[in-house]
Amino acid sequence: MDSAQAGSGELAVDVWRGGDDGRYQRFAVPRRASQTVLDVVTHIQRFLDPTLSYRFACRVGMCGSCAMTVNGKPRWTCRTHVDKVARDGRLTLGPLANMPVVRDLVADMGGFFDKWALARGQFAPTATRADPFAVVDPASAARREADAAIECIGCGVCYAACDVVAWNPAYLGPAALNRAWTLVNDVRDGARGKRLAAVAGDAGCHACHTLMSCTELCPKALSPTRSIAGLKRESLRALLSGKDAAP
Amino acid sequence: MSRRAEVALWAAQRLTAALLAAFVLVHLATIVYAVRAGLSAAAILARVHSSLAWPAFYALFALAAAIHGAIGLRTVAAEWLSWRGRGADAAAVGVAIALAVAGLRAVVAVAA
Repeated sequence: MDSAQAGSGELAVDVWRGGDDGRYQRFAVPRRASQTVLDVVTHIQRFLDPTLSYRFACRVGMCGSCAMTVNGKPRWTCRTHVDKVARDGRLTLGPLANMPVVRDLVADMGGFFDKWALARGQFAPTATRADPFAVVDPASAARREADAAIECIGCGVCYAACDVVAWNPAYLGPAALNRAWTLVNDVRDGARGKRLAAVAGDAGCHACHTLMSCTELCPKALSPTRSIAGLKRESLRALLSGKDAAP
Repeated sequence: MSRRAEVALWAAQRLTAALLAAFVLVHLATIVYAVRAGLSAAAILARVHSSLAWPAFYALFALAAAIHGAIGLRTVAAEWLSWRGRGADAAAVGVAIALAVAGLRAVVAVAA
């Protein structure tokens, strides 16, 4: 970071305005120390143009609502420092790619979350409240696989970064498949066969080309690529064993 | 196409890729050997004629390439041309058959 610039000078910020057929609008935003991209957007809305639409909630990287396209790449804006991404004092901000634009920096995440349901991202219990607690060894191979993928906050960065989503609109995408992988490795879950069937095929894990944009850009440093590779392996095993028959 | 068939195609793609990785290495090593040893076309043909292994190797090579290439082109058609469904599947089968026929014809021409 150029410390001489922090707290002085201005950023030239191009912000997407309107829907799918919108355009960029230039704003001049004061540069501050430790400024995040979300701080920049909030400054614009509070002081320059109150009609600017954007989403955020927690501001601390937990809720997954503030992701936007920052200088061409999807990022969580609350924990992305301007120093790290601004080039020559310039920022270009847009809504997440691969989703319809609602307005300005707000993308419609409905389709993104619908795909979590299509990938059977819901836990299917096998026990009732009358049963004793399940004992899951934290050191077991399955639990470690689930743990490695469990911290997803559903921000949509991986989905916006994925070229396969852009090429194949039916593709479930990295986040939904990553979620499915955590459940495939959950010994308490009772829908393994149906889930493997749901995530197989050309709209599922087998469409992944291992480009790894999701893994490179995931703000939680998860590897959906690894989860998808696991799903490929397990669904092939299910096919060969004749169990968990795919429809 | 059913999901089961899609998974089978994916598996076939990976299996033929693994085969082709080995086949191409053998193929390249053979070319380098033939060139460096100064073998004439007649000498190469004589060796191929007296062997069952070489025609079998190249027949398998041609079939693996036909399957692998057709599945890959089907995916390219879906992702880059948005061409999916029965028409695309039929075209991919056509490509596979054409590649297999062309490859096997060359094997037969050399070995017979």
